[in-house]
Amino acid sequence: MRISTWARRRGFLRLVALATAGLGVLAACGAKRDGVAAPAGKPVDEAKILNVYNWSDYIAPDTITRFERETGIKVNYDVYDTNEVLETKLLTGHSGYDVVVPSAFFLERQAREGVFLALDKSKLPNYHNLDPDLLQRLRLNDPDNRYGIPYMWQATGIGYNVDKVRAALGPDAPLDSWALVFDPKNAEKLQACGITFVDSPPEVLDSAQIYLGIDPNSERLEDLAAAEELVKRVRPFIRYFHSSQYINDLANGEVCVSIGYTGDVLQARDRAQEAGNGVKIAYTVPREGAIFEADLLAIPADAPHPDNAHRFLNYIMQPDVVAEISTYKKYPSGNLAAIPLLPPAIRDDQAIYPPAEVRTRFKDHRAESLAYTRYENRAWTRIRTGR
Amino acid sequence: MSTGSSDLGRGWSRLQVGRRLVLGVPYLWLCLFFLVPLVIVFGISFSTPKIAMPPIEPLVSYGADRVLQLRLYLSNYTFIAQDSLYVAAFANSLKVAFVSTVLALLLGYPMAYGIARAPRNWRSVLFLLVVLPFFTSFLLRVYAWIGLLSRAGPINTVLLKLGIIHEPLVMLQTDFAVYLGMVYSYLPFMVLPLYSAIEKLDPSLLEAAADLGCRPIKAFFRVTLPLTSEGILAGCLLVFIPSVGEYVIPAVLGGPGTLMIGRVLWEEFFNNRDWPLASAVAVLLLLLLVGFIVVLQRVQAREPASE
Repeated sequence: MRISTWARRRGFLRLVALATAGLGVLAACGAKRDGVAAPAGKPVDEAKILNVYNWSDYIAPDTITRFERETGIKVNYDVYDTNEVLETKLLTGHSGYDVVVPSAFFLERQAREGVFLALDKSKLPNYHNLDPDLLQRLRLNDPDNRYGIPYMWQATGIGYNVDKVRAALGPDAPLDSWALVFDPKNAEKLQACGITFVDSPPEVLDSAQIYLGIDPNSERLEDLAAAEELVKRVRPFIRYFHSSQYINDLANGEVCVSIGYTGDVLQARDRAQEAGNGVKIAYTVPREGAIFEADLLAIPADAPHPDNAHRFLNYIMQPDVVAEISTYKKYPSGNLAAIPLLPPAIRDDQAIYPPAEVRTRFKDHRAESLAYTRYENRAWTRIRTGR
Repeated sequence: MSTGSSDLGRGWSRLQVGRRLVLGVPYLWLCLFFLVPLVIVFGISFSTPKIAMPPIEPLVSYGADRVLQLRLYLSNYTFIAQDSLYVAAFANSLKVAFVSTVLALLLGYPMAYGIARAPRNWRSVLFLLVVLPFFTSFLLRVYAWIGLLSRAGPINTVLLKLGIIHEPLVMLQTDFAVYLGMVYSYLPFMVLPLYSAIEKLDPSLLEAAADLGCRPIKAFFRVTLPLTSEGILAGCLLVFIPSVGEYVIPAVLGGPGTLMIGRVLWEEFFNNRDWPLASAVAVLLLLLLVGFIVVLQRVQAREPASE
């Protein structure tokens, strides 16, 4: 269970827990702010330590232990819940972390500020396993794939309870369209069985813009206002804004339609199946398009153990390693060589690995300017609280 | 505090040194870990965001032209004044904190009274029960309410089974849950000072009131309450002040409509990545609370004179 932005399982918990992480290594390194790789050829004698900072619940159970066994490097593994918490730590500097996993559109603006070390591809022999199409797509956020390698990716779509939605809207329910939640006529009818949105302004407002036929990366304030207007019109019919509670509620039939993240909706679907409670959950990437997001493994410019970090990145790109993470977390990875190693139930699940036709609907998510972020968050507060 | 413990001059000066040391350590501690960060936050509140590490414009700059410049941006404060969001958030925080404090007082006073008037061998047990929640993490206890209040949680299950309700109550993510969390979390801070105030109360005063024909209820309002007013004030401050800036409880238990200054501050800092504006909000919050305490102290100082 993880997500890309904002207030998913509020980050303060982690913030408190992590406030002092990596403190011991702070003194070791001067700030390398230009983000240029460490001089090559210099004999590096790093301590056998690696500090990894990843999304919570976003790895297989023995990924880390196996790395430690194979390399003798001791891994300090910490987790966060929001891109913002990671960003704050990175921008404060001297985070002490060697590997972090920002979403691509966050990496984009952080890289501009010299936060990351350019990857030394010569230390990444497994790099050729990566999906060239995905790398091409990510160049939009990370030119020349200089700073990040793809970890897992997903889209923001709609999860719905098949029977309840059909019962409420009849056989003509627009199951493959954002109209399901953004058309007030539909939303009103679905109100009784329960609509939820993730509590995340970029995902919801960008999706609203996609429905309106507006470029989701537009930073024009009229376009933002149009999206705000649209969400406000369906606001009375929304039961709650929350970025993880819908997983449970979809699974046990408490709510029937959620704007949500692929992995989370699939988790709800599988939980309902396991419970055998007769709830059938489906996931759709609406035909108008959906926000695509990838999380990238990257190395902070002031990482105390950049060599170990490269070894870790290379290890993750090993097909069997990443295949296990995909199998366990039900997220597609950016590793082509891993696909044959996946169990058929994962590999052939079109919700996890969507067919090419569905992938064409993905809309890239670009970094936002800080000024626009402020407007967007302000609009979100107006939607949420009416102020 | 009586100090006439030594008549020898040497002993006296040694006591003075000892006193200064005893006072100096906490003062140094406060200066280092309270005043210095506060000054830094105050400074940042006059800066402006910048694309850099850290993402703020330094206040003082020394350029190649040998000009030492100090630049203070007042824009953060004017921005807060212009957008009604901040005023509304401050007002709502004050309201939530006020209501929580009153509820905690109404609940805490009888508790403290009961403990103070319990048989002596019971008191320590009851006292321990009040302090017991502190043995687990505050965050964990707030999280526990999610389980208790949820639609399928024990409270709803019991009420449904008893036939008192027919549909599970929606309690989570409402203002009710926020008030519940606040009162629950801060109740011990109310009970402890009240207890010590009530315990000190001389029971013979109440007996005297009764002898003079005062009925128990009237005696409570004329004798007990005024004599424990310091405890009431201390308890209210201990509950009110942390409640105003509370972030965790409204974030975990509150709904999307719960607008509180703690969350606004979080959003400014993390979501808008605007450290200066977040600092300005923090400074205003601090000023508000300091102002509040000063007013209360004035009121308290005046009280004995007016009686």
